[in-house]
Amino acid sequence: MKKSRLPMVLLGVGLAFLYLPIVLLVVYSFNDNRSLTVWTGASLRWYHELIQDGQMLEAAWLSLRIAFATACGAVVLGTLAGLMLARFGAFRGRALFAGMISAPLVMPEVIMGLALLLLFVSAEQLIGWPAGRGVLTIVLAHITFTMSFVAVVIQSRLVSMDVSLEEAAMDLGARPAKVFFVITLPIIAPAIVSGWLLAFTLSLDDLVITSFVSGPGSTTLPMIVFSSIRLGLKPEINALATIVVAVVATGIGLAGFLEARRARIREREESQAGRV
Amino acid sequence: MPVPPPSAAPQPSAVPPSVAPRTLKDRVLRVTRRLGLTGRGGVILGPYAWLVLFFFIPFLIVLKISVAEPAVGIPPFTKLIEWVDGGLDVHIRFSGFQALFDDDLYVLAYLNSLKIAFVSTLCCLFIGYPMAYAIATAPEKRRGPLLMLIILPFWTSFLIRVYAWMSILKDEGLLNNLLLSLGIIHEPLKILYTDLAVYIGITYSYLPFMILPLYATLEKMDHTLLEAAADLGAKPWKAFLTITLPLSLPGIVAGSLLVFIPAVGEFVIPSLLGGSDTLMIGRELWNLFFNSRDWPSASAVAIALLAFLVGPIMIFQHFQGRDQDKGAAR
Amino acid sequence: MSDAPDPRPRPAATGPIGKSPAAKSPAVKFEPWHDPAAKPYIRIEKVTKRFGDFTAVDNVSLSIYRGEFFSLLGGSGSGKTTLLRMLAGFEQPTEGRIFIDGVDMAGIPPYDRPVNMMFQSYALFPHMTVENNVAFGLRQDGVPKDEIRTRVAEMLELVKLTPFAKRKPHQLSGGQRQRVALARSLVKKPKLLLLDEPLGALDKRLREQTQFELVNIQEKLGVTFVVVTHDQEEAMTMSTRIAVMDHGAIAQVGTPTEIYEYPNSRFTAEFIGSVNMFEGNIVESEPDHSLIRSAEAGCDLYVTHTAHLAAGSHCWVAIRPEKVSITKEKPAEADGGRNVTRGVVREIAYLGDISIYQIDLASGKRVRATAPNVTRRTELPITWDDEVWLSWRPFAGVVLTD
Repeated sequence: MKKSRLPMVLLGVGLAFLYLPIVLLVVYSFNDNRSLTVWTGASLRWYHELIQDGQMLEAAWLSLRIAFATACGAVVLGTLAGLMLARFGAFRGRALFAGMISAPLVMPEVIMGLALLLLFVSAEQLIGWPAGRGVLTIVLAHITFTMSFVAVVIQSRLVSMDVSLEEAAMDLGARPAKVFFVITLPIIAPAIVSGWLLAFTLSLDDLVITSFVSGPGSTTLPMIVFSSIRLGLKPEINALATIVVAVVATGIGLAGFLEARRARIREREESQAGRV
Repeated sequence: MPVPPPSAAPQPSAVPPSVAPRTLKDRVLRVTRRLGLTGRGGVILGPYAWLVLFFFIPFLIVLKISVAEPAVGIPPFTKLIEWVDGGLDVHIRFSGFQALFDDDLYVLAYLNSLKIAFVSTLCCLFIGYPMAYAIATAPEKRRGPLLMLIILPFWTSFLIRVYAWMSILKDEGLLNNLLLSLGIIHEPLKILYTDLAVYIGITYSYLPFMILPLYATLEKMDHTLLEAAADLGAKPWKAFLTITLPLSLPGIVAGSLLVFIPAVGEFVIPSLLGGSDTLMIGRELWNLFFNSRDWPSASAVAIALLAFLVGPIMIFQHFQGRDQDKGAAR
Repeated sequence: MSDAPDPRPRPAATGPIGKSPAAKSPAVKFEPWHDPAAKPYIRIEKVTKRFGDFTAVDNVSLSIYRGEFFSLLGGSGSGKTTLLRMLAGFEQPTEGRIFIDGVDMAGIPPYDRPVNMMFQSYALFPHMTVENNVAFGLRQDGVPKDEIRTRVAEMLELVKLTPFAKRKPHQLSGGQRQRVALARSLVKKPKLLLLDEPLGALDKRLREQTQFELVNIQEKLGVTFVVVTHDQEEAMTMSTRIAVMDHGAIAQVGTPTEIYEYPNSRFTAEFIGSVNMFEGNIVESEPDHSLIRSAEAGCDLYVTHTAHLAAGSHCWVAIRPEKVSITKEKPAEADGGRNVTRGVVREIAYLGDISIYQIDLASGKRVRATAPNVTRRTELPITWDDEVWLSWRPFAGVVLTD
């Protein structure tokens, strides 16, 4: 059957749509001019201004710490949640649990943010904890919405994993907890890493929920970026964007390279399978 | 389990536990098992308790505060139930909800949010479907990298991607400069700070969420079905409409909901790209909360928004649950 | 019927390979199921398993003896795998009990059972080497390191995989993976080894070779095997006994010869091999013979065993195609028109070693007969549309009631 070229052309156009704005940001971050639209010459001026912006750097450091804590917490809870959904069959309250774990995937952030803030305020009134809002409340809120994403990643990995691997381990005398740590965990490790990175990125990027649950002295990077671009364009943001894009691209490129190399080695080994 | 004796025994050396002397550990395990306190129960407890505490209860609190009275103080609302002179004093008011209907602003904001989310979802579908289709039908080796290209922008900051559009769409922005220099227009188009910019922003930001579920269903599809259809005389377009499209319906629904539901409550995009007259309910909620400090009314807005979205969320979970039920069926 | 002793010496072709009496002990035939004093090693008592409304295993009782190579044979959905998984402990019976070596297995989890299983997918741990896969079970029991090393080495030697000890599963061929799975499940010296379609993933040539290896290893180690398979040839070749399963229930239990030569139901007769089934009515049912009148067959059928039925009862007579002989002349030994009928050859399929003939009788019934090609094809005396005589010996038929 002759294949139509139309979808491929549209894919190209779509990818251009996705990447053009990012490419423009990167290009104009090296522009000497404040106007952002007229190219007047290459310069690192905005990078220089960016690294001198103490407030911005402080916020970035705070965001990274929050994202790290969030990703670690979300990976633990999300992995357990994924395990429950993929392996525990029909436990009591499963429907409610499945509902609660998938709702944050689509729940508008303003609602999540408001709900969590009201929880923290009420809890403080009632039991005096958490005292005020700050890093702790941000991390708790971030874990809550990112664990759903981790759970989805882990669950889909577990569903595609051969259950008889776990049964075989159990059959050979390993108790369930041991099976999880010695068999399941190493096999789904790549999914756990992607879950961690996903939670890290979501946390690092979150503005709305953070704005609700943050307190004085816990201003994160997205909050600073938002308040500065709300009033208009700011070329330092281009520099910041370029750094983010560079970090992500390097990370993904590295991951892709390692994965390709692993696949090549594996392919070679498989082609020689069985030979001494 | 006791350690079996060294392997000298010619017959099976594994000792069945019921014959072997019971160790303390075995006894403890048996008792806990009988009480239902298995490791499994412990695993369930953790995430379950977390979600009840940080997801379920907060909504009850929102519901509660939506019927409280605003007050000047910290926190800025009254208690619902108070002990006053030994009697129980209950303050519940529905004026927060009443205001939603009295003031045109909120009704218009709800309607406009639904409209913007709906149109943006359609745009995502029309742009995303051919892209997902192209990836799903590409040679297997190229699917991974292509999919990576779709996901990649998602890993860069959402805020920054919206910001990028500000510099493209503004009056003396790149788009206008380009159109002017090509002579297509003679004076700059006003796009930034209009609804159009919001449509563009939402479509752009949510496009990967549409493509991924679409790709998942299209990729699973048996491509010999199309060959069979062609063999039976169906023209490619006819085959697409009668075979591919109906079979990819689950992906279309999942992708559309993944875009539509969060888009209804979107805040960042309308506040950065929309004009002051771009009414969206997420933005109104934010303003009520941060600017007016009217927490009860903000809660009422949230409850009303949730009421709109409960239906779509349930449908979404139904589709999401299909995968999960593969696990439950065991 | 199922317990009828086999009156004739076991034909080499259908008997289990290598399962000669000599392999067990020189004088005694290995048939513990005929010994009233023998204690079953595995006892399955009235076991039922339901999944919701679906009954996967329906009131099954079985006794399996030490050292047996026992096959559960059935189509998909026959409940054979569910029964196996209950022995392993992955499923709990809804009703009934399972005893292994006298111990009730109720509530004992898989990791505490003296049973190991070889999975259909092999379930080799992809992140461990061959060596570590095999050692896994011993590690769980806290066996000393030195002992693990020697036992793993012995086991790899047995399955001829010593040079591959350091490989990962993906670096092995399908047949090698199968042997790793076998070694891993045998290394703990289980009382009972469960094998779920052990040869299912191998190609035909490898499968035949592996059948022999599997039987040899089983005899060498003396472990009791319970095998699930849908392949009747495989079950016939390897097993001491076979349980034929249908819709969750046991249709028949017996040695391969019993199952093939003395099926107890139309289901078993038709499931194993191919068969001609003639419908008819009992004329005589004496202790040493039965006579059945069958309009379908176009003759009276004389069978050398009793049908335990009253005259006039409705029944079927099953006759295997290879027991039907085809001649152009009326056979000389045909007495009184019994066990002899006429038909026209409609189809001939030449398979090399044998040919299959499809013959239409006057009643319209189509009969299948096979004949070895002792002569060259060009000299074949019988061809399409020939009118032929079909006959069979009195012991060839089996009377069936359902």
